[in-house]
Amino acid sequence: MELVTPDNGGEKEQRMLYSSDSFFPPQGRTSGFGFVTTNLSKVIDYFGVDKYIRLARKHSVWPALFGLACCAIEMMATSGSRFDISRFGAEVFRASPRQSDLMIVAGRVSIKMAPVLRQIYDQMPDPKWVISMGACASCGGVFNNYAIVQGVDKIVPVDVYVAGCPPTPEALLTAFNMLQEKIEHGIPPGVSPAVAHSADPSLVRLNMASVAPYPG
Amino acid sequence: MTTVSEEMRELGRALSTQFAENFLGSREDRGELTLWVLPPAWRDAARFLRAGGYDHLSDLTAVDYLDREPRFDVMAIVASHQTHDFIRLKTVVADGQPVDSLVPVWIGADWFEREVFDLFGIEFLEHPNLKRILLPKDYQGHPLRKDYPVTGPAGSRFR
Repeated sequence: MELVTPDNGGEKEQRMLYSSDSFFPPQGRTSGFGFVTTNLSKVIDYFGVDKYIRLARKHSVWPALFGLACCAIEMMATSGSRFDISRFGAEVFRASPRQSDLMIVAGRVSIKMAPVLRQIYDQMPDPKWVISMGACASCGGVFNNYAIVQGVDKIVPVDVYVAGCPPTPEALLTAFNMLQEKIEHGIPPGVSPAVAHSADPSLVRLNMASVAPYPG
Repeated sequence: MTTVSEEMRELGRALSTQFAENFLGSREDRGELTLWVLPPAWRDAARFLRAGGYDHLSDLTAVDYLDREPRFDVMAIVASHQTHDFIRLKTVVADGQPVDSLVPVWIGADWFEREVFDLFGIEFLEHPNLKRILLPKDYQGHPLRKDYPVTGPAGSRFR
């Protein structure tokens, strides 16, 4: 049932599951517990509190304040009272990457912004997730030119892609719910649900993998 | 609809006699006055316009006419706060040929000229800080040139 825990001999399996090895060098790889050591993980496994940790984590994802373009307006609407992302425990948009778990890349990323985005991602503590919001962040959108990064997944591993230009707040909320499901099932960041599903069909609801056709 | 006033025409005529050997021509189109000068008179013509009441540099940019020789137009739009009139001052620049900076005339020309340098690769003489302003420092090429591929050269980053 467990996809990645330090105890199921997961190192090799884990390596297979990561979409991009270059983003997760073996020495920096975590089990989804951040800096929790193997011994503590054993204790957690023994008491079976693992799933409660995931449940708590799922309901307290704090996004980083990271709006790059017009998608950010929809992101603000999502956090406003009408759509209210705080229903899912994610209303605390943090101004510091050190305090956030989720980066919503809302807008087009210029190649001048790319190193900044990667640095902010690196500054976020593990475990961390990325939502690529809108056409521009996902594939460059209408900006097929010299100045714009053609998909933010060339810089950081992406968990959920949201279609739209810009996506509606409902679309972002759906993406966020998908991410929550991912967290609940213990799929490591950067791994597509489709890959996790093929590795262990019991792990992900099929409709989730089929609703979001992830690359890789 | 703007119109070219008699004062503007008078100023244009005065400029054409003042810089007779470097004056290329003038044009009135849709109520806009354009004056062409050769690069040696570029800064002095700007000074002349400023002394003639056009105290505000509204815009400074360039145009790439790929098949023309010389290739580029460098263009300044100057405005008068007294009469609310605009005059367009143009010069022609070949590829690789530097042109005088207008920073000694209007300090605000600084970033405009850096942008033209960044995107067209036109060098401005006596500019205090001529380096890229929009693109990354290590960027190769000048994207607003007409022969620059819009998606960047082959093998560019993040494609």
